[in-house]
Amino acid sequence: MSKVLGAVKVGIADLNVVEHPGSISTIGLGSCVGVVIYDEQIRIAGLVHVMLPDSSIAKTEDFKQGKFADTGIATLIEMMLQKNAKKSRMKAKIAGGAQMFTNQSGKDTIRIGPRNIDAVKEVLTEHNIPLLAEDVGGNKGRTIEFSTESLLLKVRTIQQGEQFI
Amino acid sequence: MNHPFDYTAIHKDVLKEIANIGAGNAATSLSEMLNQPVHMKTPVVHVVSFDEMMERAGGKEEVQAAIHVELQGRLKGSMFFVIDPAEAEEFVGLLTGNKNLSLIEGDSFAISAFMELGNILTGSYVRALSDFTNLEIHQSVPSVAIDMLGAMLTAGLIEISQVSDHAIMIETVFSDETSEKNPLQGHFILLPDPEAFQQIFEVLGVADHE
Repeated sequence: MSKVLGAVKVGIADLNVVEHPGSISTIGLGSCVGVVIYDEQIRIAGLVHVMLPDSSIAKTEDFKQGKFADTGIATLIEMMLQKNAKKSRMKAKIAGGAQMFTNQSGKDTIRIGPRNIDAVKEVLTEHNIPLLAEDVGGNKGRTIEFSTESLLLKVRTIQQGEQFI
Repeated sequence: MNHPFDYTAIHKDVLKEIANIGAGNAATSLSEMLNQPVHMKTPVVHVVSFDEMMERAGGKEEVQAAIHVELQGRLKGSMFFVIDPAEAEEFVGLLTGNKNLSLIEGDSFAISAFMELGNILTGSYVRALSDFTNLEIHQSVPSVAIDMLGAMLTAGLIEISQVSDHAIMIETVFSDETSEKNPLQGHFILLPDPEAFQQIFEVLGVADHE
């Protein structure tokens, strides 16, 4: 989680921040949701790769903050504030939350993608961060990259190629 | 600290042996289906972060064909059979005798044939696992996807990720030896749920790992 310019890659259950003119990306979102939060004025953006809806289901005390929607988004906001972003200027774009397989039946795994989407939206609302764009649901994997230059989120899928939201 | 993966070499060996028996049985089934020898590599057991797991399996963005089943009953977890889409198509061609079916383009007959292949392979693996551990294990109906590996494999991490930032990945690679220049290759990835390990170690008499 260092200060990096250029292209920052975020792993699973991880989070990071990039400054202008860099971009930030995460690869292969399935049921996970990639949440991008940015401050248009000072052009910094953060991304968290959320795996699970809520930290209340964590069975350990020690976990990667980025894993859950609530802790991940809160930690990302904190990191951005430390880089002089203003919460009142923050906006969000999200992608992911698919259901890759149709056979999943366990009670926790069922609909994990849609549950992640709902949780992310709820947490963003709690923080009063407007959600400007989304590409969520379905049954496709997504790779996303946000540019602090264009403020667009590039979403790549196998079937549909690239689109910008 | 009661770390879920605080195991010794013996425990890893037990998991390898389980994979050996399970995948061995699946390899036999595959060999019978294809009517040609199938080679199985020694299983490997990795304790890995989620990102490392995707790298080991071939890379998050790598497009692969995967069959996913959930293990249910006394041993829970996820199992994947992962194969290059073009190779999956070759398998489908060998199985159906029809080389013109396109799995990648979503031909429904090709998908059912691939799903059936998956059903037989995972079924043989699970049956051997169940016999060896004497635990009652069933598998869900299989489901097929052709997409980015990272997006697909996270479906097997939902349970474990509530307990840990790491997973135990039990991997076995298969290949079809006959065509030397371009052997068919597929791998099995078994991701037991956290409580499954204790279950396995208890029934096999290596539970105490203090």
